[in-house]
Amino acid sequence: MKRLVNLTPSPVISAMLSILPFVMILLVYVAASDVRLEANPNDKLLPSFTQIGDALQRMAFEPSKRTGEYLFWQDTASSLSRLGLGVLIAASLGLLIGIFTGALPLVNVGVSPLLTVVSLVPPLALLPILFIVFGLGELSKVMLVAIGITPVIARDIQRRAREIPAEQLVKAQTLGASTPQILIRVLLPQLLPKLIDAVRLSLGAGWLFLIAAEAIASTDGLGYRIFLVRRYMSMDVILPYVAWITLLAFFFDVALAWISRKLFPWHAQGGS
Amino acid sequence: MMIEAKNLWKRYGDNVVLEQINLQVAEREFITMVGTSGCGKSTFLKMLLGTESSSSGTLLLDGKPISTEPGPDRGIVFQQYSVFPHMTVLENVVAAKAFQRRGITGYLFGSAKAAARKEAGDILQQVGLSHALDRYPHELSGGMKQRLAIAQALLAKPRILLLDEPFGALDPGIRADMHDLILNLWRQYKLTVFMVTHDLKEGFYLGTRLWVFDKLRHDPQAPNAYGASITYDLSVGQMDASLYQEIDDSLRPIVTGQTVDGLEGTL
Repeated sequence: MKRLVNLTPSPVISAMLSILPFVMILLVYVAASDVRLEANPNDKLLPSFTQIGDALQRMAFEPSKRTGEYLFWQDTASSLSRLGLGVLIAASLGLLIGIFTGALPLVNVGVSPLLTVVSLVPPLALLPILFIVFGLGELSKVMLVAIGITPVIARDIQRRAREIPAEQLVKAQTLGASTPQILIRVLLPQLLPKLIDAVRLSLGAGWLFLIAAEAIASTDGLGYRIFLVRRYMSMDVILPYVAWITLLAFFFDVALAWISRKLFPWHAQGGS
Repeated sequence: MMIEAKNLWKRYGDNVVLEQINLQVAEREFITMVGTSGCGKSTFLKMLLGTESSSSGTLLLDGKPISTEPGPDRGIVFQQYSVFPHMTVLENVVAAKAFQRRGITGYLFGSAKAAARKEAGDILQQVGLSHALDRYPHELSGGMKQRLAIAQALLAKPRILLLDEPFGALDPGIRADMHDLILNLWRQYKLTVFMVTHDLKEGFYLGTRLWVFDKLRHDPQAPNAYGASITYDLSVGQMDASLYQEIDDSLRPIVTGQTVDGLEGTL
């Protein structure tokens, strides 16, 4: 018998082992749901898959009686546009701040202490201020996402910029490169794949801020909806919404990883 | 004289690295620098490069104080990290061409790009990389990476080429090829070369002039109180076997009374 640290499962066993926890959770859920619905057909805590399917059908494929919109898709579109805009702003700002503070000592001493302090402010504590300053419209929600993850991305890019060997910067200078040329041709292309990595890592936080903002002040959106139907204990709506959010998050992560591999093959293959 | 140092010192706080460096170097010499690690030969190279500056004394290039930042008149090849990992072999060399122009972005377009690709192709042919134009540096062997770094440096047409242990990480067979390459390029491009090496044989083989960096004075109680200077300045050709042995011994950390004392001093 080999030591446990040396046991590597075959592909088939690996696949089975990785599916197993999902299957078990599903089985436990179905069993528990059956037991509760047996005792009380009106139980709302653990709806059956038929009930969830009906709710999803109602939300996604029938127009709302009140507004005439397909709520599920409306919510998805609103949430994604807020998240997308917020992340786009955060990524652009984070890249700019990170590259300039990482590469230019003069900018670094001016901006880094501020950046450190700002990154320590809990973004959710700023939410009331954002509502007061920007009102309850789209802007305050986008701003929360952007403000929440910009410092994280900026500090990550700053560190990555400093990790690029000084030899490369010296080499570029001996080839006659000016500061903007070094920033654009040596640093920027090497930092773009790191930016994608940073965005992938901060998307989780992005969703958190988005749902929090939507829960507090909104009229649509995935976060708004699950907090709204919580009042009626509509687990049949909340559960598919949570699953959908998870699926979207997973899809973005995979898509970003794919884009990074396609655009920056040297990075994916370990060319640092 | 192209390069002239007058009573050059380099200190970091109380730690003296180099002291009393006086030298003159004419154009087109090939200078190899040897010495034990920490003896300041790399520091001297960095002063020539412009990433370090002297604490006192003067270092002149063509009679004027040498620039304190790297510039296109002095090319460099490091032991590693000398090429850009995100560019293919051809792009690495074309970028060197683009950096010489005034543009903001460092990208070339149109006829300038075509001309640069042509010139880059020629020099890559010369260093024996024309079969690998579209490969990324991580797909190259150590020797190929250094060939690329040399091609890149030469395209900027430097007068001085600085080499910081460029072949230190290569296999002996590959190293011999690289020696031939660098000697050919030195003659063809009329370069003045400064090369740091830890291999005395390499130093004698390649250089027209060999410098040995070592400490003249040594205080066992304060190992950093005195810096190194150039203890031998030899025109290669005047080497004889006993001198070679003497230098070779001084480079190897043999446990003699002196070094043991030195160790105790640091404890």
